[in-house]
Order: sequence, then structure tokens, then C-alpha cells
Amino acid sequence: MPKRATREAFGATLIELADEGLDVVAVEADLSKSTTTATFAARYPDHFFNVGIAEQNMVGTAAGLAVAGKVAFTGSFAVFATGRAYDQVRNTVCYSELNVKLAPTHSGITVGPDGGSHQMIEDLALMRVLPGMRVLVPADYRAAQAALRIAATTPGPFYVRLGRAALQDVYDGSASFELGRAYTVREGSDVTLFACGVMVGEALLAADLLAEEGVSAEVVDIMTLKPLDVATVVSSACKTGAVVACEEHSIIGGLGSAIAEVLGEQHPTPFARVGVRDVFGTSGDPAALMEYFGLTARHVAAAARGVIARA
Amino acid sequence: MERAVDIDTIRTMARHMRLDIVDMISKAGSGHPGGSLSSADIVAALYFGVMNHDPQRPQWPERDRFVLSKGHAAPLLYSALANAGYFDRDHLNTLRQLGSILQGHPDSKKVPGVEVSTGSLGQGLSIANGIALGLRAAGSASTVYCLMGDGELQEGQVWEAAMSAAHYKIDNLVAIVDHNGLQIDGACADVMDVGDIEAKFEAFGWVVTGVDGHDIPALVDALARAKSVRSAPAIVVCRTVKGKGVSFMENDADWHGKAPDEEQTACAVTELSCEL
Repeated sequence: MPKRATREAFGATLIELADEGLDVVAVEADLSKSTTTATFAARYPDHFFNVGIAEQNMVGTAAGLAVAGKVAFTGSFAVFATGRAYDQVRNTVCYSELNVKLAPTHSGITVGPDGGSHQMIEDLALMRVLPGMRVLVPADYRAAQAALRIAATTPGPFYVRLGRAALQDVYDGSASFELGRAYTVREGSDVTLFACGVMVGEALLAADLLAEEGVSAEVVDIMTLKPLDVATVVSSACKTGAVVACEEHSIIGGLGSAIAEVLGEQHPTPFARVGVRDVFGTSGDPAALMEYFGLTARHVAAAARGVIARA
Repeated sequence: MERAVDIDTIRTMARHMRLDIVDMISKAGSGHPGGSLSSADIVAALYFGVMNHDPQRPQWPERDRFVLSKGHAAPLLYSALANAGYFDRDHLNTLRQLGSILQGHPDSKKVPGVEVSTGSLGQGLSIANGIALGLRAAGSASTVYCLMGDGELQEGQVWEAAMSAAHYKIDNLVAIVDHNGLQIDGACADVMDVGDIEAKFEAFGWVVTGVDGHDIPALVDALARAKSVRSAPAIVVCRTVKGKGVSFMENDADWHGKAPDEEQTACAVTELSCEL
């Protein structure tokens, strides 16, 4: 199976949803080719609104379309959709509990050569803190399809984090997904690797590396960062007694923070974070950047060894 | 078919609403009287003459929509909604109190008749565009009204939305500017000169009407003409007096966001009651 980026699911899933009769619209800010909403626009031109390079207006217009009864998706890149339009997301979308689904692409450092200005590593923190916002971080194309579908069919605000990098499939065609559930994609007993998005694949590779050393790693895909599947997080931590959180995001405010909050309160467990360590991104090839920022399977395995040593 | 608009009813309701505004803000001990009073005739014209709505059915699909982009004029909107019958007038006594449905700025989750929460300035026109596009797609005959302040036009998003409305030829939308010339820090022209508002919207492709925002027949006429514009968005720029109706509040930026004390309230109520 060729690798596919989660962003490729965006336009394709919107088309499917519209084909099925859902009253879905998309508002884009001049990035329809990059986000793939252009494919939806070509098929459903009356359901697509390009507002130009105006992300605040993009979110506001989507909010209005939601008020008028539409299921309103927005596009653009994660850095602009969450950062530039934060007040619009907060005060209009979330405060009014509107049926707006932010599904920006180009999240994280795997954006690559565009550099730090375009590599959004704070979006999960910004979206997670908003009351009423649900946050989904799909790990592969199929999970992205499911995440978009969940967002479209569940009332209220959603953030679906999509990426530019082509990823190996984590799930096969038989997988099904629910809002608020974490998925144990590999069972283990010595350490739990909680991961989301791009890092689920890396965590699985890390589990292979650890297995060669006789270490049994459990890999849990936190596809829904909010609401977090607390029961699965706590039970896995209880089982293994050692935890690593892996995210293509700042180590502040995202998955690592969410896991630490839950375990700190309910089951304190030796814990380590793999993520971008409070610095901005930089230009480079995505694979080189994963290495540079310490986000590869090798780094995850090293973090696991460290946390097991403390357990 | 257009319904007949009763100018006297609008005028009377505007006076009642001004009294409510002063009373509510006085009881609350905080709030924004200046911009609520300046917009009172506009909102009275909308809710008691121009707009097609049914207080018994806040979600009636065929209703016209109103977006109060200048959300700090919440007391005005609450008074209009209560007097129209969306909720009991007793709520007006609870403005800004813990547990009240009447938050400092409008919360659509709490108040029947509020289409969308506002309060962070500059966002209402985008929202109104979206509602209008959604209604147009559904073949609706409803009109969306959006009231902005003039100081609010300093927000860049307003101009993103202004461009967008013209681009999409959103003609089931009527924007309104309460052009009272004042904002928190002083005269708009001194703080950040918005310039010729009418010329700016014209340049953005809008059909613009200027009107005295306290001349109710002229206002009703301007709103009707704006509604009838086709293939372009329309805006009515209303020249108003901040604090209108309360002599010591008029044209004074200091009354943008403070409550009158007991003596001031009595004085304001006397002035406003005289007109009834």
C-alpha cells in the first residue's frame, strides 16, 4: 500500500459525506489545492466558499453557515486556522457551540521546507483548552476519514488535525473508530507508548526496536485527544507501569500534558515526553526534521528505556 | 408581501428601550449605555417594524436574522427581545448577575432570539455573511441584518468580510453601522480615523445609504431600500448620537462603558419618561 497523507482524506471525505446527503459545506482561505478541499469544490461548487487569504473571515463565515444549519468545515493550514483565527474559534465557534469543524492541514514539523513560520506545533494546546472543543488527531488516512466523518456527524465544534506528510497505514480496512476512544494498536506489558497522529507509526516502529531487546511495549493511539479516553490511559499505565507520550507537537500543552494531567491525578506513573522541546520548527526535509527534533522511533525507544529504568 | 410599518410604534418602543437600558445598566452597576442608546432607534425599527420574526417561535425557519456585531450593546438587544416577547421582562433585572441568562455580552446558548454569541468586535459581518450564504443556498427569502459600531470598523476582519460579501454578491444581507463617532478612548477620528465610511464601503462594492439614525421614517425607508438591493450587499450608515436621549450622556465617550449612579439614573429616567 502506498503511503498517503491524512490531508488527502479531507476533500475525498467531504465528497462522500455530501454524496450521502449530509448538508456539508467547506470554507477555504486560498489553500484548496494544498488542503485538498479543491476536489470537493470541483464536485460541489455550491457547497464551497473560498474567502481568499482571510482566515478570520473563513472561520466567521463558517460560523454563520453553521448558524444557518450547515455542517461547516474550514480549511487552511493549522498555523493560520488556529493561530490567526483563535479569537474567532474561541468567541464565535466555541462560545456559541456552533457546528463548525476545523480540519486544517499542514500541522506539525512534517510540513518540512516551509519552515518554522508554517510548522504548527501549538495547535493541540490551543484547541484542547477551549471548552466544548473536541480534538481528533488521526494517525493515517483511514483514521483521518473516520475522524472527519465523526466530526461531521457529531454536533458542535471539532478540531481535526491533518498533515502533509505521506504516512504508512496503521489501520486496515476493518478498523472502525469512535469519538472518545483510544485504540491499543499493539499490546505490551513493560511500557506504554501513547501516541497520536504521525507519532503512532513511529511508536509502532519503536515497539519493534524494543522487542528486539526483549522489552514489551504497548502502543495506544490517542486518536481523540479530547475528550480523552481516561479509562484506557489509566488501565494501560496500571498494566505497564511506565509511560511515554509521543506527539509531533510541542511537549507543552498537547498529548503529553493531557496524559500527565490524568496520570498525575489518578495513577502517578514514571513518564516521559517525546515532542518538540519548546522551540520553533525549521526548514528541512520532513524525515530529517523528525530526526532533528528527536521524534523518530529511535528517540521513542530511548525515552522508553529511560522511563522503564525509573519504574 | 411587505407588512405595514407603524412609525409611532417604533418610536414608542425605542423610548421604552432607552428606559430599559438605563434601568438595566444602573441595576447591574456596569454595562455600556452610550452605544446602546445610540442604536436604540435602529434596533427598535428592526424588531418592531422591519424584521419578519415571531417571538413565539425563535427558531422559525423563515424569520429574518439579526446579528448584533457590537455585542456590548447587549442591554439594547435584551430589551428589544423582552419587549417583543422572546422572554419575560423580569430577566431584564438580572443583567450581568451570576446565573442570569443576560450575560454582559449576548450568549446565544442562553437567550431565546439571540442567533449567535457576540462581544469580540469585528466578527459579526463574517457571521452574517455565512448565515446569508446558507439561507441563499436553502432558497430562503429571509434577510440577515448585522449591526456594527463605527469604532468596530477598525477591526481588519470587517474588511475581509466586506470584500467577501461583495465577491459573493450577498444581497440577502443588510449591514448597518451605528456611526456615533465615539469609542472608549475618545473620538474615532482621534483614536484611529475610520475616515469616510460610506466611501470605503462603496469602494468595496457595496450599495451604501447614509441616514440620520434617529429619524425613524428615514431609517425605515433606508432599511427597506437596502433590503431591495439585488446582486450586491447593502449597508445603511446611520449617523447617530452616542448616549442619545440622556442629555448628560450624549456625545461623551466616557459614557461608553459605565453605569449611572442613583442620582444620574433618576435624572436619565426623568428625561426619557418626559418623551413618553
